[in-house]
Amino acid sequence: MKTGKTSILGIACTVFTVILAIAWLFPVYWMGATSLKAETDTIVNPPILFPWPPNLDAFVYIIQNSPFFRWYLNTVITSVSVTFLCILFSLMCAYALSRLEFWGKRILYASLLVGFMLPFATMAVPLFMFMTQLNFVNSFAGLIAPQVATPLAVIVFKQFFDEVPRDFRDAALIDGASEFKILFKIYLPVNWSIVWAMSIIIFIGTWNNFLWPLIVTNSTPMLTVPVGMTQVQSAYGVAFAKICATGVLASIPTAAAYILFQKRVTQGIMAAAGLK
Amino acid sequence: MPPAEPNGPQKKRNRNSWVAYAFVGPFLLFYVLFLIYPAVRVVYLSLTNSDIAGLGHFIGLANYHELVFDQEFWVAVGHTVYFVVLTVVPNTAVGFFLALLVLRLKRLRLPILSAFFLPFVLPVSVVTNCIALWMLDANFGIVNNLLGTNTAWFGDVGFAMPGVALVTIWWTVGFNMLLFIAGLQNIPVEYYEAAALDGANGFQRFLFVTCPLIWPVASLVLILQLIAQFKIFDQVYLLTFGGPSNATTVVLLYMYREAFQQGRGGYASAVAMALVLIIVVVSLVQARLLRLKSVR
Repeated sequence: MKTGKTSILGIACTVFTVILAIAWLFPVYWMGATSLKAETDTIVNPPILFPWPPNLDAFVYIIQNSPFFRWYLNTVITSVSVTFLCILFSLMCAYALSRLEFWGKRILYASLLVGFMLPFATMAVPLFMFMTQLNFVNSFAGLIAPQVATPLAVIVFKQFFDEVPRDFRDAALIDGASEFKILFKIYLPVNWSIVWAMSIIIFIGTWNNFLWPLIVTNSTPMLTVPVGMTQVQSAYGVAFAKICATGVLASIPTAAAYILFQKRVTQGIMAAAGLK
Repeated sequence: MPPAEPNGPQKKRNRNSWVAYAFVGPFLLFYVLFLIYPAVRVVYLSLTNSDIAGLGHFIGLANYHELVFDQEFWVAVGHTVYFVVLTVVPNTAVGFFLALLVLRLKRLRLPILSAFFLPFVLPVSVVTNCIALWMLDANFGIVNNLLGTNTAWFGDVGFAMPGVALVTIWWTVGFNMLLFIAGLQNIPVEYYEAAALDGANGFQRFLFVTCPLIWPVASLVLILQLIAQFKIFDQVYLLTFGGPSNATTVVLLYMYREAFQQGRGGYASAVAMALVLIIVVVSLVQARLLRLKSVR
């Protein structure tokens, strides 16, 4: 694939790639740049490419004049709870599927393989009815509970547990360790990187989820950031700096999670696609 | 069966299986309540005239009968298929292209890869409202600014759906790129060396080594894309809400409107069932077609 020596064509290709990457990120940059402008500077022609000195008015405005902080808190609580519960329960279930014997094991695993392909959106109507019956609409329970069971996490963890040598468990059992201890003292540490990877993927996915919060919440104080920010925007009318400021704030947790844990995110996506 | 000795394997197995149920229990509770139950209930609901609170009675196949003659539904199916056509193959091809570009690099590889992937981790409403709608704004958007035009892009019947597709590709192609990078890295270097020894030039090596060996990954990406794009909802809801003049009403948006605006829970469930059926049939057909091709 490689010719060894750097050729003119190779250099041209690299330059093209770099330019393309910069262009690819330009929309994200443009959102950031706009958020740092005074509202009047957003609509001048020609557009201001580098807002200097940066102007934080838009951020101050949305934090003071909208429940943005509350939505942030809602989204943090929801995403952290979903991630924690999902990972914990999936680990336990995957361990049982991988190492323990019980009636219904095969049926459960087979149903997970079907279940992970069911599109969530097509179950939105019965789920909403169920939430109404449980009185979960506009509550954290309603936001969190339906997002906890992720068959994919169980499937991935089971595959990784299957590859842990059986001797590890046998030896620990002889030493009198409980299954619970074996899972959290042996299987978890051995598979730490994939557990971490799945946690980040699930956190990002839950933070970004739009459809479910849209359906299960309608009172302003219970909205999550991705849903709430669209409300703010329609209230502002033409206010691009403020719109972009909400976008910057909404993106910080997931963008930071990706930039800090790039390798893990990649690993998680490979595992989720079945490529390991 | 002989009675098991009190301390024999039988007893041990029972104890173990109680431990197993304790491990499976928490997941199973959420799984059954919030995934299995809704999945079963949507089938039943589609056979009722329920409202959105779930009140109604069994009406047999009446919803499906209505669906078959519901022009709006078929228009929505058509729009969804149009969106699928606009995204599945282009998104796969662009992902493959970006993967090839990124893998050529050495020191720049990681930053460039991140640049292409970053949009994928942004919330959909950021992508639509803060990026797409702002950049393509009719009066102040930078795109119109550069072109010297005043086009209301998402208000244009011809552009709206390709516009949604364009935004979707920019947003999600990083995922496909990652899968292709993994696939390309799995191709043994020896194959390229052997081909080079046989006198194959760069283009020939790409055509006769890379292409056939990347096919399994490509067909995986195509299937994943197909399933993902049939479920188009968020971007359309946020960018156009089905407009202009219904040009971008897709199946899930139609379902959403029937359920949460018209209050027709039963009928919306039938729409959901139809979408599941379409996805299953199309992905089976695609899997069959792709497998045939890979054998050849």
